[in-house]
Amino acid sequence: MKYVDEFRDGAIAEKLATAIAAEARADRDYRFMEFCGGHTHAIARYGVEDLLPKNIKMIHGPGCPVCVLPIGRIDAAIELVRNPDITLLTYGDLMRVPASGGSSLMRAKAEGGDIRMVYSTLDALKIATAEPDRQVVFFAIGFETTTPPTALAIKQAAAQKLENFSVYCNHVLTPAAIRNILESRQVRALGLVRLDGFVGPAHVSTVIGTQPYEYFAREFEKPVVVAGFEPLDVMQAILMLVRQANDGRHEVENQYARAVTREGNTAAQAIVAEMFELRRSFEWRGLGEVPYSALKIKAPFAEFDAERRFGISYQPAPDNPACECGAILRGAKEPVDCKLFGTVCTPETPIGSCMVSSEGACAAHWTYGRFRIAAGDERRKAS
Amino acid sequence: MRAPRRRKLDLKSGRVELAHGSGGRAMAHLIADIFHAAFDNEMLAAVNDQAAFDVPAGRMVMSTDGYVVTPLFFPGGNIGELAVNGTINDVAMAGAKPLHLSAGFVIEEGFALADLQAIAKSMGEAAAAADIAIVTGDTKVVERGKADGVFITTTGIGIVPEGLDLSADRARPGDRILLSGTIGDHGVAVMSKRENLGFETAILSDTAALHGLVAEMVAAAGAGLRAMRDPTRGGLAAVLNELAIASGVGMVVEEAAIPVKAEVAAACEFLGLDPLYVANEGKLIAIVALEHADAALAAMRAHPLGRDAAAIGVVVEDEHSFVRMTTGFGGGRIVDWLSGEQLPRIC
Repeated sequence: MKYVDEFRDGAIAEKLATAIAAEARADRDYRFMEFCGGHTHAIARYGVEDLLPKNIKMIHGPGCPVCVLPIGRIDAAIELVRNPDITLLTYGDLMRVPASGGSSLMRAKAEGGDIRMVYSTLDALKIATAEPDRQVVFFAIGFETTTPPTALAIKQAAAQKLENFSVYCNHVLTPAAIRNILESRQVRALGLVRLDGFVGPAHVSTVIGTQPYEYFAREFEKPVVVAGFEPLDVMQAILMLVRQANDGRHEVENQYARAVTREGNTAAQAIVAEMFELRRSFEWRGLGEVPYSALKIKAPFAEFDAERRFGISYQPAPDNPACECGAILRGAKEPVDCKLFGTVCTPETPIGSCMVSSEGACAAHWTYGRFRIAAGDERRKAS
Repeated sequence: MRAPRRRKLDLKSGRVELAHGSGGRAMAHLIADIFHAAFDNEMLAAVNDQAAFDVPAGRMVMSTDGYVVTPLFFPGGNIGELAVNGTINDVAMAGAKPLHLSAGFVIEEGFALADLQAIAKSMGEAAAAADIAIVTGDTKVVERGKADGVFITTTGIGIVPEGLDLSADRARPGDRILLSGTIGDHGVAVMSKRENLGFETAILSDTAALHGLVAEMVAAAGAGLRAMRDPTRGGLAAVLNELAIASGVGMVVEEAAIPVKAEVAAACEFLGLDPLYVANEGKLIAIVALEHADAALAAMRAHPLGRDAAAIGVVVEDEHSFVRMTTGFGGGRIVDWLSGEQLPRIC
């Protein structure tokens, strides 16, 4: 497949692997966090770990929209569809995320709730237009990549005067989460989690550009390499991070120059700014309350805000006490450190959200990499 | 007294009514005009509640499958030929020669008679092409909203040639894994017609009866055939995992060796699917003893339905029964079962 195969070429991968092995210093190790679930998935799906020297460790970050959504937000959505007039539209992965009391959107659907999977916000508008007697609520989740389509949907609904359409907004922001990790006690004060650099988001950066990461490079002295989601992109970004680490540099570099600029997509940023404003605080699974880390719909478009229309109030709900999703999302623990991993928690019966989405660290490890765990991977024991 | 004149079914714009399933004259007309006309064989024409036939010597196999695909008509086929080919294939995967089929229909009130006729016709054609007959059947009509157009269940029987013993638990370390052609065609063809996806593709469903291909493989490899399965729902990944667990072995496959059409790979790419999990309706996976693998593969490639056949991997010892893949990228990964529902109702 043209424009895809080129970025999955095994021969080039081997060359990059050789370069990484040659440049990685034997007298130290390297701990890089890939922020995005898209990178986590690519690393697991293509077996990138097998091509890296033992002293380079990839730590999976919280950039998986399904994983970081707190249980309370899903509980609220389930409560919403108990109203028989409401149709809830959602992206697929969210359906299986465990909610309080053993429930999930999937279960609520089986119990009669009108919950439907959609592939885009355009589908959501189509359904609202076709079924004027139903209150159609779009369960919007995601980072900066999925925010512009939601903004456009609201704008279009306003233009169409669609009175039965609203958005349950759960859009969150990448830079706020990175900052939260870097400022956490474990990383900054206690030094328990050492991070030598970041593989920066691919799709998110097409929207926000590379400029927002410059603060992290400067203030926290961490190198950031923005990279595409193809496995060769990831390999190249790792090589660039190794070089920065070796040189003692901490810059923002752009491996994904074929899609990302410093300024990003200003048209997309403009429509987002028109529709949304910052929430003072938002709860993230794993990170807790993170100030100014999420968006809400602006007052002039309040009629499209499901939280206001249906008076949804947020009730925090506890995670399963044995579930380590929180620590895993912060990079403080690995999936195998969790007692539930692969025993009671598997993709068929997920306990924590990291086991649900294919971008979640636990699901990626279990689905693609558990032969390494079974083989008692030497690297894991050594580290 | 003269017999009342029978009104012909309005096959152009008529619809199935509840009366068509109530056991009365309307039902008899529906069965005669649509099913008997399409399936045309002596046993069915005898209008008994069962088909009676002589049983040849040897081991028989029997298989049944329900078909609930949506949409009912998709690029390259429809639910009717799927229901015939799919059950023929399930019988053939034992190495058997299929003999007869039965067909049960659950039809939703209001279903267009023209569509029902088209479906029945393609079932008749698929059966004739496979040289077997649909010898008995059943028709039920349910109220509107209680089904989705039409659901079809077919049951097939067949005879296993002497000396063959194919079973999912017979894979042994060292055996080769053969795949009869490109994967994912059916699933992508069906998905391209889903209302909420609706993309243009030239991909056709691969629905086909595989017993002819199987007969060639039996002739070439005989008892060297350990197990066969057609990778329908859950795709190649599910079948490899089923066979590995049933046999208590592991499998190692080469991603680069698995044939995937460029259009299918592209569709999967933008839908976020993995072709390994996408359904097929005219492909088979065979586990073959090493010493018979070359002969089996050559026989497959000589058959029109096995032109793109490939040896994709080997059976290995593995207490965890992992199915592992060497990626085209050079790393290793697990090929896991599909978790959750990737695509609802594709067969």
